[in-house]
Amino acid sequence: MMSTSEAYISGVGQSQVGIKLTRSPLLLTVDAIREALDEAGLTLGQIDGVSTYPGRVAAMPGFSPIGADELIDALGIRATWYAGGGEITSQLGAVVGAAAAVRTGQARHVICYRTVYEAAALARPEEYPVQRRERVDGNSQWFAPFNALSAATWTAQYAMRHVKRYGLTREQLAQIALTGRANAAVNPRALVREPLSMDEYLSARMISTPLCLYDCDRFTDASTVLIVSSGDALDEVACKPIRIAAMAGTVERLSWDQAEWMACYATGADLWKRTDYKPEDVDTAQLYDGFSFQAIAWLEALGFCGVGEGGKFIEGGQRIARVGELPLNTFGGQIGAGRLHGFGFAHEAVTQLRGNGGARQIQGDPRLAVCTSGGGPLATALLLARD
Amino acid sequence: MAAPRTLPRLDADNRFFWTGGAEGQLRLMRCQDCKTFIHPPRPVCRKCLSEHVLPEAVAGTGVIDTYTVNYQKWHPALEVPFVIARVAIDGAPGVYLTTNIVGCAVDQVDVGDRVRVKFEQQGDVYLPLFEKIG
Ligand SMILES: [Zn+2]
Repeated sequence: MMSTSEAYISGVGQSQVGIKLTRSPLLLTVDAIREALDEAGLTLGQIDGVSTYPGRVAAMPGFSPIGADELIDALGIRATWYAGGGEITSQLGAVVGAAAAVRTGQARHVICYRTVYEAAALARPEEYPVQRRERVDGNSQWFAPFNALSAATWTAQYAMRHVKRYGLTREQLAQIALTGRANAAVNPRALVREPLSMDEYLSARMISTPLCLYDCDRFTDASTVLIVSSGDALDEVACKPIRIAAMAGTVERLSWDQAEWMACYATGADLWKRTDYKPEDVDTAQLYDGFSFQAIAWLEALGFCGVGEGGKFIEGGQRIARVGELPLNTFGGQIGAGRLHGFGFAHEAVTQLRGNGGARQIQGDPRLAVCTSGGGPLATALLLARD
Repeated sequence: MAAPRTLPRLDADNRFFWTGGAEGQLRLMRCQDCKTFIHPPRPVCRKCLSEHVLPEAVAGTGVIDTYTVNYQKWHPALEVPFVIARVAIDGAPGVYLTTNIVGCAVDQVDVGDRVRVKFEQQGDVYLPLFEKIG
């Protein structure tokens, strides 16, 4: 008989977060798993599923060094279900898959992880050789020949449309980086611990207009783990379970330039169709900010403000501050805490809902959080509730 | 001197697109049954599943939908700044090309500018760059 129980996040964990770490990416992953198991009160023997994004990518070893099957073998996990791949609706799609697996009885406790090792890989080319391409094919052929070589240049064009259509200003855009950096300063694991001033932001060099240096995350070495547990198995879990109250994901035209609009807009609308909660019920938002503008798009997409109103919504920064009405990216976001690549947002949502934020814990008694990943043609949103 | 570029690998699906400049033509794949343009080009129509698809020349003009001025040297040989734009192609609704706007200063580019294709040949590839009209 098929189980239709709910899916929960039990333990969460994170390794050291740094630049050019020498601890191996497998051991960083193990560090994060140990922490998550400890919080959940689970042992490795109770884990029967593994899920990751994007699996091992041989051509880009720092981008995703540890595949799910390697992890399963290395830790002796007896998995009845596992998945690792990049062809999903962005990083947190790995959590959506795990939730679907536990809800249909394929597994009881699934380790979901994202390990990044790009800073170390870049620093050690003898171990992680850069693969040179004579020619490009697939999706890259529509961008690389025009030196549109980074997602920064693609996201910058979305941001420029907001500048031209809706009057988004640099001072408004700055609030994502300033808020993230202010929060990172009180997050002991954040990559960058110094706050950022508006003057520093405005005088920073441009990367790709309107995005400057501080609008971009940077290569980071870390592993982040979430354990997704079946509602049928909560009696085995020691920590307060966080219910996955709704999930949504979208793929737009995969070639970024063919999409009429970023995928987050459809995903945000879909999320609220799958729950009775409303945007005004959300106590904190942890929104993808690999590039700052993506968080503004997510605020609009999730209905916290209208399309085109994101700049005004965050103006001055008070509303999205830790003590504001909608605390945003309270761990620092990727711009402050490091390029944890999507999983950091879910990790922080759970941390805040459990009241484990320490110096960065938001006020009141937060019960509902939204977290997202993706910023172009892919998007995933999770609504997390502490019942 | 032409900017250093990573060129596309030509294959059965994309060769017509990347070599159309030899005849001065910007060509896009089009369904001959329902007239939908198919880009990136594939041997089947994304609207009606017809396999009766053929490259067709379009006017080679368009409008800048959005753009960015790139300042970052993603590799040491890159000359910056330069403009990356998304151009809506006249006569091909729903098709956009990522390209470079050339022939003017980077601060002379704006959303809504009308542009025309200007091919840059590198080996067997003719890159559809664009320049402002007038
Ligand atoms: Zn057709």
